[in-house]
Amino acid sequence: MQKIGVFVCWCGSNIAGTVDVHAVAETLKKEPGVVFSTDYQYMCSEAGQNLIKDSIKEYGLTGVVICSCSPRMHENTFRKAAQSVGLNPYMVEVANIREQCSWIHKDMATATEKAVILGRAAIAKVHLNAPLTAGESPVVKRALVIGGGIAGIQTALDIAEAGFEVDIVEKSPTIGGKMAQIDKTFPTLDCAACILTPKMVEAAQQEKIKIYSYSEVDEVKGFVGNFSVKIRRKARYVNEDICTGCGVCTEKCPQKKVPNEFNLGMDNRRAIYIPFAQAVPKVATIDPNYCTMLKTGKCGVCSKVCTAKAIDYTQKDEFVEAQYGAIVVATGFNPISLEKYDEFAYSQSPDVVTSLEYERLMNAAGPTSGTLLRPSDLTHPKTIVFVQCVGSRCDGGDKGKPYCSKVCCMYTAKHAMLTREKYPDTDVYVFYIDVRTPGKNFDEFYRRAVEDYGVHYIKGMVGKVVPQDGKLKVQASDLLSNEQLHIDADMVVLAAAIEPDKTARPLATMLTASMDTNDFFTEAHPKLRPVESPTAGVFLSGMCQGPKDIPETVSQASAAAAKVIGLLAKDKLTCNPCVAHSDEQLCNGCSSCEKVCPYGAITYQDKEFRMPNRTVAVRRVASVNPAVCQGCGACTVACPSGAMDLNGFSNRQIMAEVDAICK
Amino acid sequence: MENKQQLTEQILRMSGVNARKCMRCGKCTATCPSFDEMEYHPHQFVYMVEKGDIEPLMKSESLYTCLTCFACVERCPRNVEPAKLVEAVRLAVIREQGANHLKPQDLPELWDEDLPQQAIVSAFRKYSK
Amino acid sequence: MQIEKKEFKPTIVAFCCNWCSYAGADLAGTNRLNYPADVKIIRVPCSCRVNPMFILRAFQRGADGVILCGCHPGDCHYTTGNYYARRRMTLLFSMLDFLGIERGRTRVEWVSAAEGAKFAQTMNEFVETIISLGENKRLEDLRCKK
Repeated sequence: MQKIGVFVCWCGSNIAGTVDVHAVAETLKKEPGVVFSTDYQYMCSEAGQNLIKDSIKEYGLTGVVICSCSPRMHENTFRKAAQSVGLNPYMVEVANIREQCSWIHKDMATATEKAVILGRAAIAKVHLNAPLTAGESPVVKRALVIGGGIAGIQTALDIAEAGFEVDIVEKSPTIGGKMAQIDKTFPTLDCAACILTPKMVEAAQQEKIKIYSYSEVDEVKGFVGNFSVKIRRKARYVNEDICTGCGVCTEKCPQKKVPNEFNLGMDNRRAIYIPFAQAVPKVATIDPNYCTMLKTGKCGVCSKVCTAKAIDYTQKDEFVEAQYGAIVVATGFNPISLEKYDEFAYSQSPDVVTSLEYERLMNAAGPTSGTLLRPSDLTHPKTIVFVQCVGSRCDGGDKGKPYCSKVCCMYTAKHAMLTREKYPDTDVYVFYIDVRTPGKNFDEFYRRAVEDYGVHYIKGMVGKVVPQDGKLKVQASDLLSNEQLHIDADMVVLAAAIEPDKTARPLATMLTASMDTNDFFTEAHPKLRPVESPTAGVFLSGMCQGPKDIPETVSQASAAAAKVIGLLAKDKLTCNPCVAHSDEQLCNGCSSCEKVCPYGAITYQDKEFRMPNRTVAVRRVASVNPAVCQGCGACTVACPSGAMDLNGFSNRQIMAEVDAICK
Repeated sequence: MENKQQLTEQILRMSGVNARKCMRCGKCTATCPSFDEMEYHPHQFVYMVEKGDIEPLMKSESLYTCLTCFACVERCPRNVEPAKLVEAVRLAVIREQGANHLKPQDLPELWDEDLPQQAIVSAFRKYSK
Repeated sequence: MQIEKKEFKPTIVAFCCNWCSYAGADLAGTNRLNYPADVKIIRVPCSCRVNPMFILRAFQRGADGVILCGCHPGDCHYTTGNYYARRRMTLLFSMLDFLGIERGRTRVEWVSAAEGAKFAQTMNEFVETIISLGENKRLEDLRCKK
């Protein structure tokens, strides 16, 4: 039998005004196991806490019930008080007689009666409470960053700066991501490559950072502080350690007709290639889909010209298994496919381009070496039409993405402005629904495009684009003058919506991190925990969490790094002791619990059990990893044999509460 | 006033369109092949239904210059379906008049060389039974 | 002689998820939104912690109604818990219906931490329904009434 102390709080007049606190204390004194019961003005005050502490010592209490405000308010306060005098903090229960009693009832008799019942329920629960000790789990002092764009690079650099080891896994042959493809950045118009490449080099040179380029995450096991990750290093048929990146092979390779993905297929590269001049790591990669040697066994030119002897046609995918304390997701984005939007003639004319393609056309390292030429006949376009919100802000489903892609207004203003600056004889039209420019110096930038550079901003939308006689016939609306416009354009630039990278969804499944319906990762709290995933130990950086521009991405990346550093700085993690546990004698290894567990906290092991007549049987039983379990209790209900139970909210405890209420 | 509200509700019910979904992008008007013939253009049509100005629409010739080609329905990013609103207002006109007012024998008089075939088919579907 | 007419005071058990509905109930209290004292709340970590056994036990012990409150679909603190609760309760309630426990005596409601008013309104409606249904006799175990 427990020795229980009951403490009824007046909370000034908040409780005592409608509940006869003295009567409650007196009535509860008669409950079995209650050895001490009293009421006091403010239990949460220093004096109130001392009253609790002294009573625990004086009466040797093994359980404490406090009838006061919501446990969400002061449960921790009272638990700490109990702990300070040697009582296990989980032997304290709070009966909520303020928010759920005195504040909502006016009649004293009813409120007092209810307070007594709530007190009884808490007493019944405490009778079955068991001391709980929070477990500890070790922290592996190394972080994994998935994705090597600006978000991943920034996170990795910040973590490495704090002195922790970081690995970056990047699926393409070089880090840099989308930012490497961008020409200029808004609103300052500085060159993207000039600010990105030093960071790429810094990441490569930083001793604490290891870059796995051309690699993918294949499997994730484990939990916060101790993830075990299997990384697939795809065969690049070039020995990374020997290749000097001289680039001779990429000039001599006879297979010249491979669409260059870095320039979005607008020009060609060879079958052996280095994505771009500043690539990190600067190593050649053979594209197995186009390499004649790999496909037919007859060629070998690159191997002959390579003075470093780095070419290895027999290379196979390799696997690396490594342990990490934290994982940062920085998988980034892609523009959506525009095949559905036939009205804009994207697949009918090469002169209809996406904004990212336009970015490459403006770039000095792009397919036209920085001169703006239209792709079909390489002439200077004289009239350019920009269309905003292509696939953004739609009704969802087939129509497109329901969200605003956030960056399009600004990059379109940038494109329009740069075009007018370089080629003042070009007419530039921008069709917009709304111009959204919240951000430091953003609206000023857009106004400059209109006022100083004479870009024609038209409130309306393009209805259709028809390629005809070397021109693009654009039919559009001008809502403010209530007109339909017909423009003969030389180029049409579509601000395609952005979407999370396709690799994000399978990765989320591996990490048991949740995603929204648009495949963006969800954050633990939209306001207060924006860079953490609800899954402990998984952090979010950049576009994978939602549309963002570069400054926002970088700040979020650093924020994620700060959270990772906070985690890695600890030697041990304290776990929530209110977790599930299975009774191995009852468990029949049916896997029902494993299927409902959202965290993958339940595993099965074959265990030996002593049976009658000195025999030993091996049975498959569930075991819960207390470091991973978050204590939701889904498994306890799923278990058909009643072997699963939840500490702190056990079946018997809740039953006892039900009984006390229904008495 | 009450009548106005009833009429609006009737139009929305008949068409099954939620005019509030419109984000005023104007793609319907941009895409409309019969723009020049219209007094009220598709985006205005949607906006007027949303505001409850049905009566001017019922009186307007725009109702009959709409080809019912459904380009606006196809291309509207918000699934507002302006052409369905036009149809619903046409129906409201017919119901108000209480009877069909177009007979095949009346047609030759109204015949116009440039009238698109689709419009004739559409007119028959609406006005003769 | 005057026969004392006893007013029917139902016993109602409300299981509330710690992360939303329990906080919603607290908010109802903070805003002083009244609902009958017949409702007694039991805090659970998640709506998926509620074993159908608890509900059967409540009816066995003479509860007149049981309500389960959880986070809105998609908002579960544990990602999927409320979906499990929803499925389990659909099955349980249809079985209880078969046993003669009227549908009105059982209810699942989604109340977020910000919906104090919804919590109070739900409880008022629920108590009203239970009062109109009267005392629960069907599943009550008289041996428990000592």
